[in-house]
Amino acid sequence: MRILLRFITDGLKEAFSGSRLYFCWLGLLLSGLLLGGYAYCHQFRYGLQVTGMSDHVSWGFYISNFTFLVGVAAAAVMLVLPTYILKDMDFSKAVLLGEAVAVSALIMALCFVTVDMGGPERLWHLIPGLGYFNWPQSLLTWDVVVLNGYLGLNLLIPFWILFNHYRGKKPNPKTYLPFVVLSVFWAVAIHMTTAFLYAGLPARPFWNSSLLGPRFLASAFAGGPALIILILGFFRSFKIYDIKADTLNKLALITTGAAQVNLIMLASELFKEFYWPTHHSSSARYLFFGLDGHHALTSTIWAAVIINLVATVVLTINPLRKRLWILFPTCIALFGAIYVEKGLGLVVPGFIPSPLGEVVEYFPSTIELMVAMGILCLGLGVFTVLSKAAVAIETGRLCHPDVKPLSPPQET
Amino acid sequence: MVKGLAVGAAAIGVGAGVMASGTITEQDQKEREMSGDEFDGYFKKNYRVMTESERQATIARFELKARERYSKAIHMSGSLAEAGVLFGYAFNLSRCNGSRKCVQACVEENNQDRATDMQYIRMIEMEKGTFDVEHGTADYDHVEVPDGKFFFGTQCHQCENPPCVKVCPVGATWKENDGIVVIDYDWCVGCRYCQAACPYFARRFNWQEPSIADEEVNPDQHILGNQVRSKGVMEKCTFCIQRSREGQNPACVEACPTGARIFGNLLDPESEIRNILANKKVFRFKEELGTEPKFWYFMD
Repeated sequence: MRILLRFITDGLKEAFSGSRLYFCWLGLLLSGLLLGGYAYCHQFRYGLQVTGMSDHVSWGFYISNFTFLVGVAAAAVMLVLPTYILKDMDFSKAVLLGEAVAVSALIMALCFVTVDMGGPERLWHLIPGLGYFNWPQSLLTWDVVVLNGYLGLNLLIPFWILFNHYRGKKPNPKTYLPFVVLSVFWAVAIHMTTAFLYAGLPARPFWNSSLLGPRFLASAFAGGPALIILILGFFRSFKIYDIKADTLNKLALITTGAAQVNLIMLASELFKEFYWPTHHSSSARYLFFGLDGHHALTSTIWAAVIINLVATVVLTINPLRKRLWILFPTCIALFGAIYVEKGLGLVVPGFIPSPLGEVVEYFPSTIELMVAMGILCLGLGVFTVLSKAAVAIETGRLCHPDVKPLSPPQET
Repeated sequence: MVKGLAVGAAAIGVGAGVMASGTITEQDQKEREMSGDEFDGYFKKNYRVMTESERQATIARFELKARERYSKAIHMSGSLAEAGVLFGYAFNLSRCNGSRKCVQACVEENNQDRATDMQYIRMIEMEKGTFDVEHGTADYDHVEVPDGKFFFGTQCHQCENPPCVKVCPVGATWKENDGIVVIDYDWCVGCRYCQAACPYFARRFNWQEPSIADEEVNPDQHILGNQVRSKGVMEKCTFCIQRSREGQNPACVEACPTGARIFGNLLDPESEIRNILANKKVFRFKEELGTEPKFWYFMD
């Protein structure tokens, strides 16, 4: 117990110590968070009228970000699977960072849902037993279960491993491997559940498609690893943590495969919507070509599709993908393109036209952008703190004073 | 900035401020009672699982709150569904002239927010020769009925198989035994999943604190119906539950100048609505979705 306390305080100490630049970064995140908090107080006081949403487009930027971030969190499994189960040593250094990404993404996703609520102070109504949990009918209750469960798993597994390393021990795989296997299935479940949340609504033909779940998975397993490549690349370039080029290459291969599948699904959707357009294609028509003179998303979605296409082609060509200076910008492009496609490009057109055929557009308000920025800063902060402590333990720089670190401290 | 934060914090910690007061003045006493009230209200159960006495206490509390808020006597009813009653509605497409008298009557009856001009009923003007709501318009502004047009009125269809009820994560909306889909305004968390799930665009959200002038508030209220809502919760047409459960027609039916709206008990073989279902060719909007609306359309 004392070791546990020491582990936590040492971890925190490590997380909040560093160079002046590191503190500048933390300060920047804190001010962003405070600004977002202020914007949220404004929203809490005056209601959701301060957002760009309306009865016609009743979900907007918040829920778009939520959906996308669930995908990012699910993608951590791409690192978990080979590392813990397939014993691929290349990944083992990256996996703790991947899980830190998952935790931060989940925290952000949960925050985005919370700020979207009309009555956040009544959210205790969702607690099973205390409130009225409409399970299994409501897919939203499924999402509550799987997201919180996944958060727990992704906190627990790295915690156990780091805690053991801190004590100079190698954890017995039997103690954590079952949870790892569970988390692999769980990752798929969180994203399928989130897709079903939309796909289960016959009122919205744009979402009411059996392809939505698989498409969510494909785009998540392209976008998520692309982000992790960028983070690992950052750690590698600044010599914070020794990441081998081989790890990045393997991740890039996963990203490429998923991006290709994602494009095939996109093509399949476009064919279905536009070869013989019916009323059910109206939302897609709005998204890609505009409807009744309204086309807020048209240029953005075309840009995203083209960037997605180019990025996938670049990734597909081996000599290009293997050059890190090409890989990194391509990953940025791919990540951005998927963010647009699966964020605003998925949520907003579902509401346009309305079930009665009315076209009312949506633009996020400044308050929404500020709140979103605050949540982003929170997520980045969580990731920074978690990864800082994890890297220190894994490199042997931080361990219990009475034990010998597993791996000798590296020169960095 | 500090003010904003303070307000947010105060709203979260309901009643916490009362603990800190020193000498007790009359004002304090009143505030203390109010806060206790708020506190009870905050931790009350979902209305549908309340016992009868808990319901009565809740109704009484709301009545008191409404009286404090508006300078007139508010009567809050909690009347239950009667056995042998299942409400249904029929809309005569041949008769409606698009006057929107129903819309106005609905707003006045049901205490909708005036600031955002919230309306439950949506009238869509369409060209004759087609039945395509996407080509219709809901924002026409003429009094005379133009040639070659007809009007299609929509509101909550009180589905027998309501998607909004299925998706609500906290069970804040449900179907009563007389077929009316209602909302516990105090239980709703404002996630708006029901709004996304409704194929009839029937649900409305309070994007801000609703405002109604004192003299315009309808004092005859129902706890599951037209009681004045607060910000951040859903609301919708309840077939004027405060009227229909007292044997009256909904306000829209009363207000219709052409008799295009028919309301009644589907379980009563002598009712006008049963007569229409038996003798007219009727149809339901988006019937293919399997929602089983209790709202029919017909033509003379």
